[in-house]
Amino acid sequence: MKTLQDLTKTSDDEAVGSTRRPTNPIRRFWSSAVGKKWVMAVSGLALLGFVLVHMVGNLKIFLGAVHLDEYAEWLHTLGEPALPRTVVLWGMRLGLIAAFGLHIVAAAQLTRMNHKARPVRYQSRRDYVAANFASRTMRWTGVIIALFLLFHLADLSWGTTNPDFVRGNTYDNVIASFERVPVAILYILANIALAIHIFHGSWSMFQSLGWNNPRWNPIRRYFAVTFAAVIAVGNISMPLLVVTGVVGK
Amino acid sequence: MDLNLKVWRQAGPDAVGRFEIYPMHDVSEDMSFLELFDVLNEQLETRGEEPVAFDHDCREGICGSCAMMIDGRAHGPERGTATCQLHLRKLTDRETITVEPWRAAGFPIIKDLAVDRSALDRIVEAGGYITAPTGAARDANEILVAKQASDAAMDAAACIGCGACVAACPNGAGQLFTAAKYSHLSLLPQGQPERFTRVVSMVEEMERWFGSCTNHGECEAACPKEISVNFIAMLNRDYVKAQFKNPALSGQRH
Amino acid sequence: MAISLDAGIPSGSIERKWDDYKFSVKLVNPANKRKFNVIVVGSGLAGASAAATLAELGYRVTMLTFHDSPRRAHSIAAQGGINAAKNYQNDGDSVQRLFYDTVKGGDYRAREANVYRLAQVSVNIIDQCVAQGVPFAREYGGLLDNRSFGGAQVSRTFYARGQTGQQLLLGAYQALARQVRLGNVELHNRTEMLDLVVKDGLACGVVARHLVTGAVRSFSGHAVVLATGGYGNVFFLSTNAKASNVTAAWRAHKRGALMANPCYTQIHPTCIPASDDFQSKLTLMSESLRNDGRIWVPTTPNDVRSPDQIPESERDYYLERRYPAFGNLVPRDVASRAAKREVDSGHGVGPIQNGVYLDFGSAVDRLGREVIEERYGNLFQMYERITGEDPYKKPMRIYPAVHYTMGGLWVDYNLMSNVPGLYVLGEANFSDHGANRLGASALMQGLADGYFVLPATIGAHLAPLLGTEPVPIDDPVFRDAEANVDAQVHRLLSVKGTKTVDHFHRELGKIMWDHCGMARSAESLDEALTSIPALRDEFWSDVRVLGENESFNQSLERAGRVADFLEFGELLVRDARHREESCGGHFRVEHQTEEGEALRNDDDFAYVGAWEWTGEGNTPELHKESLTFDNVALAQRSYK
Repeated sequence: MKTLQDLTKTSDDEAVGSTRRPTNPIRRFWSSAVGKKWVMAVSGLALLGFVLVHMVGNLKIFLGAVHLDEYAEWLHTLGEPALPRTVVLWGMRLGLIAAFGLHIVAAAQLTRMNHKARPVRYQSRRDYVAANFASRTMRWTGVIIALFLLFHLADLSWGTTNPDFVRGNTYDNVIASFERVPVAILYILANIALAIHIFHGSWSMFQSLGWNNPRWNPIRRYFAVTFAAVIAVGNISMPLLVVTGVVGK
Repeated sequence: MDLNLKVWRQAGPDAVGRFEIYPMHDVSEDMSFLELFDVLNEQLETRGEEPVAFDHDCREGICGSCAMMIDGRAHGPERGTATCQLHLRKLTDRETITVEPWRAAGFPIIKDLAVDRSALDRIVEAGGYITAPTGAARDANEILVAKQASDAAMDAAACIGCGACVAACPNGAGQLFTAAKYSHLSLLPQGQPERFTRVVSMVEEMERWFGSCTNHGECEAACPKEISVNFIAMLNRDYVKAQFKNPALSGQRH
Repeated sequence: MAISLDAGIPSGSIERKWDDYKFSVKLVNPANKRKFNVIVVGSGLAGASAAATLAELGYRVTMLTFHDSPRRAHSIAAQGGINAAKNYQNDGDSVQRLFYDTVKGGDYRAREANVYRLAQVSVNIIDQCVAQGVPFAREYGGLLDNRSFGGAQVSRTFYARGQTGQQLLLGAYQALARQVRLGNVELHNRTEMLDLVVKDGLACGVVARHLVTGAVRSFSGHAVVLATGGYGNVFFLSTNAKASNVTAAWRAHKRGALMANPCYTQIHPTCIPASDDFQSKLTLMSESLRNDGRIWVPTTPNDVRSPDQIPESERDYYLERRYPAFGNLVPRDVASRAAKREVDSGHGVGPIQNGVYLDFGSAVDRLGREVIEERYGNLFQMYERITGEDPYKKPMRIYPAVHYTMGGLWVDYNLMSNVPGLYVLGEANFSDHGANRLGASALMQGLADGYFVLPATIGAHLAPLLGTEPVPIDDPVFRDAEANVDAQVHRLLSVKGTKTVDHFHRELGKIMWDHCGMARSAESLDEALTSIPALRDEFWSDVRVLGENESFNQSLERAGRVADFLEFGELLVRDARHREESCGGHFRVEHQTEEGEALRNDDDFAYVGAWEWTGEGNTPELHKESLTFDNVALAQRSYK
């Protein structure tokens, strides 16, 4: 029979998180769950910014082909003439890739840690009070968004899933893609997942970063709701209006 | 009232457990939930069956010993109430009440509903104190503490160390306990000299035992003292700040 | 056995005694301290503060607690506050006044020198606790706030909301936790002391049982410190935690330590009355409620109308009627006895007529609901949670309950029992409160003993032992004690009777409460002296303890404790029987004034009654330490 001392002793293998911490300050910070959550919050903040800017830019679709294509071209020339064409764009792309990468790796590692933290699950049904659908499905909405992202790149950046794809004809490519009913539905569902993910993430971010002041705390929820709603409405309006024929060639 | 108690029985740490259903007849609504278990245990013992093991002591909601998952909620459905203060009149709508032990890697089961929560002590030992050896203190009124700061520290210090936050957290995280212990000390002027070493050692010890906080808020909802998740934000912020603090400069004002 | 009860009180004026003592006591130099191992049993305010302080000084400390965490000890449940003679309110407080109030409040049955020292170090306690981060209530300017408590005319009580005990215990526990991490304290949780080991007249260790594995193990040290709390649970229903017990003290008593004044038990007037037979414990409502609440009962006996149906003219505000000067704020013992009188004469209220009303109706009318909510909101909430009744709408029902025990193991000025090397702190000793404890003084005493007194006095015992090793745990004295513990455990398991442990505990509690509760008579006590041994015999022939020793067996734990209560209860009654006077928490109906107040007999009973165990079945032997009062004049208490 185990004694209590045995029960409370943990070796490295049994421990939920790291027991021996690296000395390198960056690795040590990364070894901590609080550190990883901070990384998730910061990368999440960057991704939120991207999602917002991406949406605002793309909404030019409603102004017509000229405006959207002009905007797409501007992105490529950003930084000229100080920098060569697409350098700034690539810089942003690399930043985004890094943010995605860190966000996903941290999430995966934390998920593993959390599974370890409760190796035997509750044997009766849980009755959640505060945890909402969004917070409990983060890893699923996250996976959906990641898979959708791959499709989205293949669809509108590389053109591999879009038979009518012509590089540079941004407006036509988007319309051609969204006119296909299954694709439009996919975009709509993915953006609902994105909005749900953002709803929890953009509130949770404040907690993980420790931005907390009782006077301002109620604002955090409003911010999350508003942000998620704006992204949902903006992003969904595009495939919806195209597939229903309101917007087209 | 009549009800069925569906209770997790497990003979020891490594034994295989299972639910047992015990019909309870004519129990009074004025009974507390633990008194219901007292009655059950007397009946079991009279029948020659081993009573259900469960931790309890003060029975007034302050010692933090009692710990039951009642119908899927840590400490049961009444907000801000420990198991010992839950009364059956709040459960009259139920025919069967399911009770199981708190489950977390950091809380190994000892027997039936009793779990070992020593990991919480380890977190305090790691840094949940102010170094103030007996006798060295200056006059109490020489340290001015703004009422609001003192009240906030007290809000955090109200933690009874029951572990409901860990039990309720979908991730089995110990963040609310750690944050409460940490914030209590770090909101006070007396706690400042050790503030940034404290946060690192407490967080690192916490993570040996418990999962990570993903801000569900279940902990706050389950906490019998309704301790706010705002303290978690403070813990997180100070942990990050600590990475950039040069302790040698902590004597400087600015 | 010839036992001389020399308290070893230093000579000199009372103001100088403690300082002179500290100068004259033998010291252990810092390098030598680590050669001494001290065993501390119990992790409440006294135990945790003592263990932490001794470890800070450099001693090696072994801490045993039967809780899963040291922080769960029952000190945590103290609500009201802690007294200290800081005079921060400039209202005329002083060490002298705290000393005087405590001796008077204790009905002149405490040792003057101990009480004076307590008042002196009270000041240091607050400093120490604030330095540790105890979040005492503050004024807006940042200074400490105070409130007043029963039995005092000054505001000297420091408090942290209604959770002062919790906050003070956390302070001591955190200091202890730090020493655990530093390796100076070896912490053994879920470990219950079951025997004291004495060799050549010196306490040299304890035998304890691990509550999860059942393993019996010896711990050896140069000194043993018991801080194991009070024995209120001998009454079964009390405000004590369920696990609070007399076992450690009682087993030490059976190894030679004297048990002093066990009949001094404090009954707290404002508890929530029991609602039925299954009730497992009673919950205290803070004394502060009596500041605004008015206590009454219906004038007609057996009046079952709901309170709002009873007109003003048919309500008897009996405290205001009988004690016009103090009214609802008479001391605890007086208020308790008055409530008992009303209930006994058929005026009780509630479903089983076992309470009196504490009514906030007029306070709400006068001050408004908001003010009442701010003052007592959390207490009202607690009451509502337990009873299901809303005290804003319906008066609270309250009734007295056993709360604190002033008696305990006899100790001298050094807090050492008559067994050299055995120290007893906090509620477990008998020392500072005489026959009645004032509100907010228990926390003060526990911390005074642990932080300041023991660390100074223990050197007197340890210094001469320098160079000696603790008795090895394979010594026959340890082997014998282990066998003794084993034997009792197996004896309990082998009875295999028909009745549960709780059944016997409840029966014992009934005897104690009915015959030795708030009012005691020679007749009732004599009856208890026959019924307790009978119940004890029944216990040993008919108790049913299921399961085995080698697992987490809570019935077995309780069985051992109840077995000790069954012996201890008899001693308590015997002490009450012999003390032919009424004082503080001990009220003998034969000894009362014409108005029904306690009547002391200073000529014959101004002494500490310390009982010696003389073996099973034998009558214990009484030893007396006479009390002299050089600094406080003896007087009859009056609250008219």
